[in-house]
Amino acid sequence: MVVRDLLDLKELKLLQEADLDAAISGGYMGDLLSVVMGEAEEEQLWITIQSHVNVVAVAALKGIPAVIIAHGYEPDEETLAKAKEEGITLLSTELDPFSIAKKLILEKGL
Amino acid sequence: MTFNYEVDASVPEMAGRASTEFKSVLKQLGVSAKVIRRISIAMYEGEINMVIHANGGTITCQVDENQIEIVMADVGPGIPDLDLAMKAGWSTASPQARELGFGAGMGMPNMKKFSDEMEVETQIGVGTTLTLRFNLAA
Ligand SMILES: Nc1ncnc2c1ncn2[C@@H]1O[C@H](COP(=O)(O)OP(=O)(O)O)[C@@H](O)[C@H]1O
Ligand SMILES: [Mg+2]
Repeated sequence: MVVRDLLDLKELKLLQEADLDAAISGGYMGDLLSVVMGEAEEEQLWITIQSHVNVVAVAALKGIPAVIIAHGYEPDEETLAKAKEEGITLLSTELDPFSIAKKLILEKGL
Repeated sequence: MTFNYEVDASVPEMAGRASTEFKSVLKQLGVSAKVIRRISIAMYEGEINMVIHANGGTITCQVDENQIEIVMADVGPGIPDLDLAMKAGWSTASPQARELGFGAGMGMPNMKKFSDEMEVETQIGVGTTLTLRFNLAA
């Protein structure tokens, strides 16, 4: 699966587009940055409620191609700019982390 | 080769700049992706700690043929109990830092886990100097 394959989920809004052909194999959910740093794997999709610029730093350092910001939290301009610079795709959803993860599993087979 | 970075603590949201910049340097130098990832994770944790616990500081990265050494020095409050600080989950992070997702108490354990060698020199009221070493030889 690649990032592009997520885009037709109606619950997801594309905020910042990067490499849509980047591979995704599985996902990780977490809001504590050090835990994500230690535990997430490369090529995972990351679901979080954090929306500030460090999310992009963590994703870039870990090799995470795309981040879904849940609960409708909106990243600021700085975060979007950083995502562009680092080549991270940012998506958002009004759903909570569990519900969007469930949709990704059931509807996308992630 | 030596690379120096200033870590500014005034905007905690921006922490991670030095790690991200050094990561690009390592990429250009042709260091393997696996080693780069370990270095980035460990250096990021050190950088975050300088920002949320110590008011910033300086990072010096020394790249040699067989080893990369990262020295992170601050003039912050120092660490009263290093054994406790190394424990997974132990954190004195402020509520503001926690709101940003810092303060999981996993930084020191992550640095230990992802580096080949870790040394901490710390003195109350004087500061903390953390040294991380990574072997490059295959
Ligand atoms: N540079 C530092 N200066 C002062 N205290 C520090 C420093 N680095 C770490 N500490 C102390 O060690 C604790 C554990 O650090 P860490 O494992 O990174 O967890 P966290 O940063 O999430 O609190 C911190 O909460 C803090 O009390
Ligand atoms: Mg820390």
